[in-house]
Amino acid sequence: MRSTLFCCCRLLALAVLFVSLPAGAVIETYEFSEPSLERRYHVLSDELRCPKCQNQTIADSNAPIAKDLRFLLHQQLEDGASDEEILSFMVDRYGEFVRYRPDLDARTAVLWYGPAAVTVLAFLGLLLHLRSRRRPTAGPEPSAAELTALREQIKQLDGQGDSPR
Amino acid sequence: MPRLKFFLPLAAFALLGILLFRGLSLDPTALPSALIGKSLPEFALADLHTGEPQSRESLVGAPMLVNVWATWCYSCRVEHPFLLELAERGIKIVGLNYKDDSAKALQWLADLGDPYAISLADTEGVFGLDLGVYGAPETYIVDAAGVVRFRHVGVLDPEVWQADFAPWFDSETAGEAL
Repeated sequence: MRSTLFCCCRLLALAVLFVSLPAGAVIETYEFSEPSLERRYHVLSDELRCPKCQNQTIADSNAPIAKDLRFLLHQQLEDGASDEEILSFMVDRYGEFVRYRPDLDARTAVLWYGPAAVTVLAFLGLLLHLRSRRRPTAGPEPSAAELTALREQIKQLDGQGDSPR
Repeated sequence: MPRLKFFLPLAAFALLGILLFRGLSLDPTALPSALIGKSLPEFALADLHTGEPQSRESLVGAPMLVNVWATWCYSCRVEHPFLLELAERGIKIVGLNYKDDSAKALQWLADLGDPYAISLADTEGVFGLDLGVYGAPETYIVDAAGVVRFRHVGVLDPEVWQADFAPWFDSETAGEAL
């Protein structure tokens, strides 16, 4: 019972390690005419990458360019632009780089399929390794002379009477 | 076969070494401009000096540099003397004063010299956004037809000029001479 609890705690701690919470660095607030626009604003600003501070979304970043892009995003949403229109507007100016989920094409295929491919390869490797370990290693058969010598030895040991049983 | 296994870690190490060594000379922050090979975007901005409206048509016609700068940008001060030198050599430079105070910008040009054939005031950064500017300084090569050929982010110094700009300008002027 205790060990189960301990195990659960460990799993939980491990899970927390792999979850990073956004630092909540949003600076300015925007008024939206519709709640749905606000939802899309949050989704899109979390998917657009800041060109200046390259490992942050524009929602996270304090950089002036990220602020500009947030302003632009708000404006375009209020103007009734679709998600596709907004994303292609950004990509036209800052390249596919600006999206955290770029379109699938020849250049981004490694990005999309790479992790899955590596995982599959790793499992294949593991499988092969385990199978080669389970297979009994067949050595050369003992010769008749060796067998009789072995039997002789066993008989002697039994005769001495110092076996553990 | 066992001997091959013995050398496997060494091979893996060598491969990793090559990969990491290559990484040393890469600049992960360098971004290709989305505008390369595309037409310089249209714009409607005021001339920094006169306040007169300027458009794409008033710029395009000869090979030129478009230099994005601001008085708040320290590196711009560093590259400024080299821009003056380029202008003296006869290179047409268009200055895009990006998200700046126009009075301060004019003071800067009066104090340090003016390398720009035309100066545009992009106080709100709207043209900068269409160009895909994400900081200053940035310098673009725009050809005579108004197509963006190259973008450099950061200080333009003699070294960068020799490596990335001079070859293009040399071939361009050679083409004119023929």
